[in-house]
Formats: sequence, structure tokens, C-alpha cells
Amino acid sequence: MSKQPEKSPVKEIVRKDQAAIVKVVGDVDLNCSVEFQQSLMELLDSSPPPKKIVIDLTGVPYMDSSGVASLVKLLSRTRKSGATICLAGLCQRVRSVFEITRLDSVFKVCANSEEALK
Amino acid sequence: MAARPDKPLHLHILSMPSHLPVVRAAVEKLCQQLGFSAETAGKIILSVDEALTNIIRHAYDEKPDKPIEVELTPLCDAIQIVLRDYGRPVDPSVIRSRDLNDLRPGGLGVHIMTCCMDRIEYRPVEDGAGTVLTMTKRLPKKNHEE
Repeated sequence: MSKQPEKSPVKEIVRKDQAAIVKVVGDVDLNCSVEFQQSLMELLDSSPPPKKIVIDLTGVPYMDSSGVASLVKLLSRTRKSGATICLAGLCQRVRSVFEITRLDSVFKVCANSEEALK
Repeated sequence: MAARPDKPLHLHILSMPSHLPVVRAAVEKLCQQLGFSAETAGKIILSVDEALTNIIRHAYDEKPDKPIEVELTPLCDAIQIVLRDYGRPVDPSVIRSRDLNDLRPGGLGVHIMTCCMDRIEYRPVEDGAGTVLTMTKRLPKKNHEE
């Protein structure tokens, strides 16, 4: 488990075997997207790097395209490293952003982090 | 039941990201009062947020102390949102959505606005000081007739 910088919406990262569950809380917008991306990249660069990353968005009521861009960057990097990524617990408003940008078919989306870990 | 708002709401904010949630809250409340569904309100909020993000990033190069005027106007069958900045003018001829098949971060804001709103118009101000962006979203017909 690791704690994140105060401004990052990533509030906790729980390592479980070769997986990492990233708990994100609060609006993810221009106000914190730089720190969000930084937290995700630090996770990828950690040792040992996770083979599976679950982004738990249960606590995120709103996300804009800057937050989505951080996840797209993470996805691009995980594809190169061979890791997998799954988004979990999206509320309708956050899900809608992925649908509008047609990224709902690019990311694996699960109902919750337990399902994502199966 | 509260009366339907019929006068414009003016917000004067600065180009700092911490002001974005305040505008989102105002847009959400007005959309509720005008009878937009939660789903459509979410799209309007997202469009306004993306437009403001573009102003902060591109018109003002992320300088946090520049003025942005937000005008939310209830129309009889729609909401009209006008965003005025005083930064680098936008050339409407170069604004376009990017290819969504190209998986890369960024550049999604214009696509979101185009997809979610019924009408978007960029108008550079004549003296070269900034841009006026007008966005409109119509109410579904049944709400309008109620």
C-alpha cells in the first residue's frame, strides 16, 4: 500500500500478488490531472511493476478529457510493457465520457474491482 | 416549485483550474431548473468544462490570473452558454475533432463539445483580444411542451 501526494486523486494503491488496485477519489479534471498522471506513471515505474492494474473509479463523480488522457497514456504504456489495465466502478457520468470518446471499447471496464481481479 | 429562471447568469472567473468546479455546479443547477435530464446535463457540464480547459491551456497558456466571462442564458427551448476570453484568439478554421481511432492522449475536447452540444460558434473578437464561444443545447421537445 502506498500513499499519494495530497493533490493527486489517487488516494491509495493496494498491491495484491502481481496486481495493483488504484483507488481514485474526487473529480478528476484539469485541477489534478497532472498529479493523476504522475501517480499512474510512478506505479508503472515501481519495482516490481504490476502485471495487472485496476483503476477503481468508484469514488469519482466526474472526469474530464484531461483525466481520460492520463488513462490513455497509461494504457499505451501498459500495452508496451505487456501489463493489462481495467477500469472499475464507473458511475454513469464518467462512463458517458468514455462512450462519447469511443474509448469504452478500448478499455476493459468492470463493475467493480473484485470483478476486475478475477 | 421554484419558478423557471429566465434571466442570464453571469460568472466572472479567473483562468485557474480551481474555478472549474464552481462553474460546473452552476451549470448543473441551471440545467436542472430548466428541465434537462441528468444525462444531458452531464454532457452540457462536460462541454463547458472542456471549453474552459481549452481557454486556460491554449488562450492563456495556463496563466492562472486571466479573466474569463461565463454567461448562462435560459432560452424558451434551450440553454445558451457564452464564454468570453481575452487571450490568444482562436482561428475557427483550424478547430476540428481529431480521429478517434488514433489512440493518443489529448485533443478530445473539441470532439466532446461537438458531440454533446447542438450548436457551437467561435467568434474572434474584432480587435484581436480574445474569442467569444457560444454553445447551445436544446431541450427535448416534450419538456418544452410541458
